[in-house]
Amino acid sequence: MFSRAYKTVVTLPPLLWVTVFLLLPYLLMFCYSFWSVSPQQVIVHSWNLENYKDLLRKAVYWQTLLRSMWIAARVMLFSLLLGYPLAYFLSFYGGKRKDLLYQMVIIPLWVSYLVRAYAWKTILGSDGVLNTLLQYVHLTKHPLDFLLYSPFAVVLTLTHIYTPFTILPIYAALEHIPRNLVEASHDLGATPAQTFWKVIFPLSIPGVVAGATFAFVLSLGDFLAPLLLGGPSGIMISNIVVSLFGAAYNWPLGAAISLGMLVIVVSLLFLSERLEKKWSFS
Amino acid sequence: MPSLDALSNADATDKSANPTLLSIRNVAKNFGRNPVLRDVSLEIAEGEFLTILGESGSGKTTLLRIIAGFETASSGELWMGTERLDHKPPYRRRVNTVFQNYALFPHLTVEENVGYGLRVAKRPSAEIAQQVAEALDKVKMTAHAKKKPSKISGGQQQRVALARALVNRPRLLLLDEPLSALDANLRRQMQVELKSLQREVGIAFVFVTHDQEEAMVMSDRIALLRSGELEQVATPREIYNRPATAYVAQFIGHTNLLKGEVEGGVVRCTSLAWPVSLPDGPVLFSLRPEHIRLASADSARSSDDETVRVRGRVLHQAFHGATELIRVECGNGLTLVVRTASGRGASNGAHQEVELEFSAADAVLVRESPERN
Repeated sequence: MFSRAYKTVVTLPPLLWVTVFLLLPYLLMFCYSFWSVSPQQVIVHSWNLENYKDLLRKAVYWQTLLRSMWIAARVMLFSLLLGYPLAYFLSFYGGKRKDLLYQMVIIPLWVSYLVRAYAWKTILGSDGVLNTLLQYVHLTKHPLDFLLYSPFAVVLTLTHIYTPFTILPIYAALEHIPRNLVEASHDLGATPAQTFWKVIFPLSIPGVVAGATFAFVLSLGDFLAPLLLGGPSGIMISNIVVSLFGAAYNWPLGAAISLGMLVIVVSLLFLSERLEKKWSFS
Repeated sequence: MPSLDALSNADATDKSANPTLLSIRNVAKNFGRNPVLRDVSLEIAEGEFLTILGESGSGKTTLLRIIAGFETASSGELWMGTERLDHKPPYRRRVNTVFQNYALFPHLTVEENVGYGLRVAKRPSAEIAQQVAEALDKVKMTAHAKKKPSKISGGQQQRVALARALVNRPRLLLLDEPLSALDANLRRQMQVELKSLQREVGIAFVFVTHDQEEAMVMSDRIALLRSGELEQVATPREIYNRPATAYVAQFIGHTNLLKGEVEGGVVRCTSLAWPVSLPDGPVLFSLRPEHIRLASADSARSSDDETVRVRGRVLHQAFHGATELIRVECGNGLTLVVRTASGRGASNGAHQEVELEFSAADAVLVRESPERN
């Protein structure tokens, strides 16, 4: 149908784009991860596995990686707990206001990430809105210092930022459930609760898996929230990568950590795709 | 269970004489300012096969959904025996539904679909297994028990939907155009199967369809709905032979509507006239095409009052297999449709002069059907 020349012309730009901005950088990272830095702060192209060994040997790296995954897991859990009921309400009881409410879920995504992160800083700080309020109503005498510069602040902020990303796929999955299945379930004697657990929830699993993956993967790689609100105890793995590529000047180790994360994320995406396929019935 | 004897000539048995199962009293439904049902009252008897027949938009599906509990009536009541049904949620009604597109749960196997109602009722699993097996056997789907609904054909999905509803032993089964998605042959086959299944289980069926032929074949009684109002409720034979209104006569089968005037015991309708015992005034008659005969020139002429004769010219002749429909122009704006056995018709086709005759007793007095919207 289309000439060869046409096909070449339309495939070439994306191919070039992917090569220059994705494949080449990854290849470069891959190479870097097997190189090393000399005591004179020069990157030496000598192939070795020292960086990967460091990653496993030095507690700070794998512990931070585990802590990052734990933070991401909590963000995922809270996003689902917040997002699912909202998506459910929107889809089943949105009525005429459905579109408006849907837009209200989307609108926060238009606001800069930095603005939202700083907003939490203002709320959680020792002179912040929350502490002032707590002292004003005499619930506390002194500012609570665990609110800001802690893993708590990071989880809270990331949950706020990534919850819309979980709501959207869940909402889409719920919207795809034929309503006569819900009626059929009621017709067969199932109460609304039984109907939810036996019909609606199982059929929304692809959306839940997609939403959970979004929340987890995006949180795992986040470095701004821990940088702004995490404090020393809220450091995440990406902060270490940033510093290794910056002040610490150890690109090879930074590349090794990045590739380690890449392996984790790609396996998760692979797994979630398998799960979504297993639970979709259209 | 009624005896086999009673089943074999179910046509003769008047099921509506059975005790009333469901009583629909003055039900009306508005969607916004748009009335969909107005003042529908209907009694459904135990074990009867009642068809709600109507065109699309007549409100038949809405009526079914009100019985199932998916819609609430704007006014009126539903009673099942001494319990008021319309205040109960669908999952508390002993009514089950076979949905138009079956609504099988896609994530459950055929077996799990059928067992759904028993599982949510928390019946012992041995009992569930046994009843599911029985139900699947009854609809001949045992071989497909472990399959997902997407892996079986439309006709098979239909059977599963039926088994899924019947396994709960409802008092009343509602069927919302369950055959409309099937092709013509399978459809005819399912009509017979469905009817015999209904006799076997003895549960009252309320069957919704827009297909008058289907309604005639399957039902004990037909309730004809028009623009949200019941036009007539009667057995198929009665509704065909004694239509109450012009709409019923036209909707069920073909008919000739004859508009006339009674004057001194004689009805005159253009060039036709026959004696009646009706008060003077305008009247409307329905005359089925098969009740009009083509009188051959040499046929013995019975000269009784009962036989009405008219001459006309064939306009058009349509072959329908076993019968033919012939349109005959009789002058004065009167056109009659005549049904004859194939080959007995006007052999020369159009423009042939013919003489028609019918018995005055076959012209059924019907009410006008006023326009509604």
